[in-house]
Amino acid sequence: MNAVDKLPAPGAALRLVSGNHACALGAVAAGCRFFAGYPITPSSEIAERLSRLLPQVGGVFVQMEDEIASIAAVIGASMGGVKALTATSGPGFSLKQENIGYAAGAEVPCVIVNVMRGGPSTGMPTRPSQSDIMQTRWGSHGDYPMIVLAPASVREIYTETVRAFDLAETFRTPVVLLYDQVIAQLTETVEFPDIGDDARAERKWASGPREAYQPYAANEDGIPAMSRPGGGYRVHTTGLTHSESGFPTQNPEAVARNLGRLLTKFERHRDVIDSWQALDCDDADVLIVAIGISARAATRALATARAKGVRLGLFRPVTLWPFPETALRAAAKTARAVLVPEMNAGQLELEVQRILGGKRVYAMHRYDGEPITPADIAARAQALAQETAI
Amino acid sequence: MSSTIVDSAAEFDVRDYLRKEMMPHFLCPGCGHGIALRALLWAVHELGMDKDKLAVVSGIGCAGRLSAYIDANTFHVTHGRPLAYATGLALARPDLHVVVITGDGDCLAIGGNHLIHACRRNLKLTCLMLNNEVYGMTGGQVSPTTSETRLTTTTPLGNSEPNFDACALAAAAGASFVGREVTHHVPKLKELIRAGLAHPGFAFVEVLSDCTEIFGRKNELGSSAEMVLRQKSELRPSAYRDTVNTPFRSNDLPTGVLSKRDRPEYGAAYRKAAAAQRADAAAKDGARTGKGEF
Ligand SMILES: Cc1ncc(C[n+]2csc(CCOP(=O)(O)OP(=O)(O)O)c2C)c(N)n1
Ligand code: SF4
Ligand SMILES: [Mg+2]
Repeated sequence: MNAVDKLPAPGAALRLVSGNHACALGAVAAGCRFFAGYPITPSSEIAERLSRLLPQVGGVFVQMEDEIASIAAVIGASMGGVKALTATSGPGFSLKQENIGYAAGAEVPCVIVNVMRGGPSTGMPTRPSQSDIMQTRWGSHGDYPMIVLAPASVREIYTETVRAFDLAETFRTPVVLLYDQVIAQLTETVEFPDIGDDARAERKWASGPREAYQPYAANEDGIPAMSRPGGGYRVHTTGLTHSESGFPTQNPEAVARNLGRLLTKFERHRDVIDSWQALDCDDADVLIVAIGISARAATRALATARAKGVRLGLFRPVTLWPFPETALRAAAKTARAVLVPEMNAGQLELEVQRILGGKRVYAMHRYDGEPITPADIAARAQALAQETAI
Repeated sequence: MSSTIVDSAAEFDVRDYLRKEMMPHFLCPGCGHGIALRALLWAVHELGMDKDKLAVVSGIGCAGRLSAYIDANTFHVTHGRPLAYATGLALARPDLHVVVITGDGDCLAIGGNHLIHACRRNLKLTCLMLNNEVYGMTGGQVSPTTSETRLTTTTPLGNSEPNFDACALAAAAGASFVGREVTHHVPKLKELIRAGLAHPGFAFVEVLSDCTEIFGRKNELGSSAEMVLRQKSELRPSAYRDTVNTPFRSNDLPTGVLSKRDRPEYGAAYRKAAAAQRADAAAKDGARTGKGEF
């Protein structure tokens, strides 16, 4: 690879790329013009690609001194009005948590990629895992809203990276793109969809006179307009609990009002935020709920089982958080049992149990660094279908 | 530097640069941080800086609280990280003038890693570190700059850790502008900050400030006026040092511009290399057919 890495032309033909490479291409296509990161397996290819791509489009790449500095620089760039990305894996994702909470609380759009590897601690740097499902939702202290997207193929990494930026900008929030080492480093033939160059979401920018502008005004849609430094608004941004003015407050009513808006700001936009794939769910006796590489294994299991007359369905949340619960309930209608295969000691399972209270939810855990195979899922699901047969 | 001092005090009104809606401020009476804030705004005024293009990024602490009072684009970020936030902001928006306000704990303890790398990188930023030898905001615990033997709420036996010379540290890490001043000499402090703001790379300015209410009280250093006067007695030439009974700071702390180096500014260097790469790619693309190829 020479210093110039080619960008895909919109609507271009097939290309063989890895998941991490697709992420870098998706970011540039989405309008990302700033990346700050710190090397960590298995995410480093995103940084390496963007170090070549960003200068081509007038953007900035910087390798910072650690992951805390990386997320801080990303939020700083975004406060300057530029779409910004950082990418990391488990240990680095842990380090970023305090500042992800800052971005959520101060409502600064940004995208954070977490390529999951085996944990805890340094764990298994080159082996896949899905053990950060709960951390992506709850990793920072305090109550805060979060959007997490979980693509399952190289092509979907591309499209979900684009969507991550669109959601971050539209809803003024950090968005985490969460995928496992397998699809990060998997190389697939991808047909890059034409994502429509000009249709990309832009942040709602402040307009009108300075005196009338409130940096955290609820507006009709619950999303405050942001001001770009240099635009004459001269506002204050803080991680302290603030009122509509942006200045710190501990007044209980002001806190309840502003924190209340923050915590519920995604609720009325769930039609745009929720995304999932429901496969053969209409008549399924056993519903499988899975993400990432485990969902791909499940897709294969569905085909084998159906060939034997066993009715399996698959529900795959693409937006993992907030969890598409209405869609899950609908997908689980006919299911007598629900099976959650995941590469951890039991995380997605907890959310599925919460949503489908009353249904029998079974889990398949694997945390030895090997993916769960289609055969394992098919065997377990078929057994469940038999055990629960009426 | 003193020869260049222009007395602009008469036409400088600090209120032109403050957010009146934020008054009264929260600093304790006599706190040195307020003096430092005034000196910064005076320097901003003298340079004729556009408030709309001024971005102030501050960390957490009493020093970090200052950004909220400045009528500019202000960002009160997380503890220890203002330099990292400022790095992203300044790289993304080279049209802005980015100033960091940080405390000794914010900058040298939790944020020490960011400081040395900011010094090394030499991105255009002005870092104002308000050194009061203590964690003021959290109630007076020991900091990396607390003088030996000083009492703090976590050194009841007297501090036994050696302290940092922040300027020597910044210079060793490659900062292209390093200076130190005391809150006792406001016009000189203003001059130093002005020189730092005008510097085309990373400028590190340490301000010796007094935490009168907590550090001063704990160490029985007298009223805030007495504390400021002590700066004067302590910071005169070292030959006279022995005549001072209770030195406020036990280190030899020279003031003024302490080091200046001519080094390439990081942002400009990056943009230049990127532009060259784009020109190169455009030339190659012109020579090739399949432009949509990747
Ligand atoms: C991650 C984190 N750790 C600790 C704190 C608590 N804290 C707030 S301010 C501060 C120290 C501030 O000291 P300094 O930077 O010297 O500023 P000063 O108050 O003295 O001006 C600490 C430890 C925090 N806010 N965040
Ligand atoms: S606690 Fe100390 S540093 Fe903080 S405002 Fe009071 S005097 Fe100043
Ligand atoms: Mg301090």
